[in-house]
Amino acid sequence: MGVEPGRLSFSWISSAESTKFVEVVKDVTATVKALGPNNNFKKAAKVA
Amino acid sequence: MLGYIDKIREISKRLLDEGRVDMIIGFRKGTIPMMNEPCFVKNSGELSTLVWDSNCGINLANYLTDRKEKIGIVAKGCDSRNIVTHIIENKIKREKLVIIGIPCKGMIDKRKVAGMFENGIDDITEEDNILRVKSRGVETSLKKSDLLQENCELCIHRNPVIYDELAGPLVEEQKDVDRYADVRRIEAMTAPEKWEYFKDLISPCIRCYACRNACPLCYCPTCFVDESRPQWCGKGQDEIDTRTFHFLRAYHCAGRCTDCGACERACPVGIKVRQFTSKLNKDCLDMFGWEAGLSPDQRPPLDTYKPADPGDFIK
Repeated sequence: MGVEPGRLSFSWISSAESTKFVEVVKDVTATVKALGPNNNFKKAAKVA
Repeated sequence: MLGYIDKIREISKRLLDEGRVDMIIGFRKGTIPMMNEPCFVKNSGELSTLVWDSNCGINLANYLTDRKEKIGIVAKGCDSRNIVTHIIENKIKREKLVIIGIPCKGMIDKRKVAGMFENGIDDITEEDNILRVKSRGVETSLKKSDLLQENCELCIHRNPVIYDELAGPLVEEQKDVDRYADVRRIEAMTAPEKWEYFKDLISPCIRCYACRNACPLCYCPTCFVDESRPQWCGKGQDEIDTRTFHFLRAYHCAGRCTDCGACERACPVGIKVRQFTSKLNKDCLDMFGWEAGLSPDQRPPLDTYKPADPGDFIK
């Protein structure tokens, strides 16, 4: 529907897998940062 | 298809007279050509108002939601699939219904026809596959099969899936129909192209909610767009709000939509609303082998878990 695929991510992480959680979060953050800000679903600032 | 009406009236009369139903839900002639409207007939004296032709595209399952009476309902293929969906979702009880099945050969696209006559249309009559359109005293004959609604052209369930009575012999189902050519075209686009495509698609939307109101699936007592605490979605014509409405509505129909085309037919500005739901229908078919409303005994894919459900999106 026009949202870049990299912005959405699903993972199975057990509560015992803290290191995997850290890795996944770092990964996802890096991917999203690389895509830059998403202005698509942001409304234009309202004129007062 | 025209011959059905005598049979519909005959069955309806019998059902009403025997007291098997409190009312019949069917169609009567609309106030302008090509706009037949739903009607509720409660005594057999009023049966002559019932009509049947190729302008009965509205989905009558929409009028069943939470009804308590015993109802006789006239149902095309798509209506019958929505009745099944209603039964699965506990919006109506099967025992309350007598379904008068209509083997359907497709409904005409009123926009296609209206677009052909600059001077407006005074009257339309039909005979088998021929439409005779009167416009300012000039009569033109057209082939009905060239003027079907898009969803009817692509329909592979013309016969009702459940029925108690039939208004005519079952018709041959269409085979080898490429139902999702349009969806594949959009799937092939890049993300920014899709964004622009949908922006153009919904730009004429006036947020009248005719698509939602015509849809038998949209029976929530308060739709998410009408909620004000919290307000999920702005109520104006802001582009983002409009987009939110269309996408969310489509997702609410995932695995439930029967592609009856009621939304597209109801849209006053001619938005191809089915472009949203078709993709979800295709996904349901590809991933779960599911088409909505084919059997009251099968649970829909989104409320069952199967080990074989696709999980490739989880990393």
